[in-house]
Amino acid sequence: MITHPRAEELTEAVSRWIDGVRPSLDARNAFLARVAVNILGVIVREQQLGPAAEAAARARFAELLGREGDFADLNRELCARLRAGEMDAETPGLLAALKANVLDQIAIDQPNYRHEGLAGG
Amino acid sequence: MTVDVLAALPRLAQRLGGEGATLAAAERLSGGASMETWAFAVEADGGRRDLILRRRSAPFDLEASRSTSLAAEAALIAAVRAKGAPAPPLVHLCDEADGLGEAHVTARVSGETLGRKIVSDPRFEAVRPKLARQCGEILAQIHATPPPPEAHLKSADFLGELARYEEVYRTSGAERPVLELAFQHLKKHAPEPAPLTLLHGDFRNGNLMIDPEVGVAAVLDWELSHIGDPAEDLGWICVNSWRFGRPDRPVGGFGDYADLLAGYEAAGGTPVALSRVRAWQALGSLKWGVMCLMMYQSWAGGADASVERPMIGRRVSETEVDLVHLLEAGL
Repeated sequence: MITHPRAEELTEAVSRWIDGVRPSLDARNAFLARVAVNILGVIVREQQLGPAAEAAARARFAELLGREGDFADLNRELCARLRAGEMDAETPGLLAALKANVLDQIAIDQPNYRHEGLAGG
Repeated sequence: MTVDVLAALPRLAQRLGGEGATLAAAERLSGGASMETWAFAVEADGGRRDLILRRRSAPFDLEASRSTSLAAEAALIAAVRAKGAPAPPLVHLCDEADGLGEAHVTARVSGETLGRKIVSDPRFEAVRPKLARQCGEILAQIHATPPPPEAHLKSADFLGELARYEEVYRTSGAERPVLELAFQHLKKHAPEPAPLTLLHGDFRNGNLMIDPEVGVAAVLDWELSHIGDPAEDLGWICVNSWRFGRPDRPVGGFGDYADLLAGYEAAGGTPVALSRVRAWQALGSLKWGVMCLMMYQSWAGGADASVERPMIGRRVSETEVDLVHLLEAGL
């Protein structure tokens, strides 16, 4: 909604400034500065991808549980049913839904993470 | 007690190198919340010695902590070296006269510990294919070492570790379906208990000093050593979080399961089925996920104000994406 500048332009400006001062920092602070830049990246990606990811996760859980509800509510019930052993890795559709959710989340948290099962480097 | 390490090191240099010995260089390498590592050198008539000082910078509670004392670490290093495992030789266990608190000094072994470099830098291309087998051989040597009684090591098995981490997860208040599924699945499909042996406890790419010529030159950081299932050490180095972008090379991002297990057997280790390694690897990913939650919580609770801690909380999803693929593969 707000432009001139947009939020991601503001975070980009901060990222660039941190990158600019990094060479002048000691090793520990240079490392923390890189972490700070990565955090800004997460915030921007979450802004862009988060709402759709949560809507998709909510829909997957609703189908799995056979009822409607908001994300937190469905997530809590799913956890409770897994804990009680009412659902497990054999439950049809469960692993596929969880995989789709975590792939959406890793795209926000660490888009370059090469997960278990990927081929070649 | 606040300790001025830089002020105490010249005195330590004299103690180690004799009268007239001087401190040639001193640099803090890293610092966790409770442990500091310093690189320093002693110049004496006999020449220069490059050394490493490890010291505890926060009070140590043996009962509550999972870590061993530095004196126990010293005993462990001596014990595993007697079996041929490459731990950096112990030079000195500090006492009150050193004014450094709880600390020890080892030789400085040269090489690379940065996982990303070890898996991708061309300098390690020639030695890389040998590393998984070497890791297996070294683990067989460690596992064959009688645990030194003075180290007072704790014991842990698969279900015990699982229960301990599940309790931490419950306390965190987090609700993560993949972690929940992994806890329940691993409980139901736990590997049969095996005879327990001495373990390194944190044997992974990152704690290995790799030399481009010889391969594994030293195994570092013995503080999480304990008595447990040999497959725990074999599985921990296969956790995808320490493959540094090379999931196709399951052992540390540099090698294959078959080489790890062949080296283990060739060096006298009791054969371990791949399915046990994979079960411990999955538990390893789950443990790392819970540890990431704990590190976020140490920030949220105000115990650690660094910018790094909350960000580590966003690494939980890397363990979830790995766990879901392991579950899909039937582990």
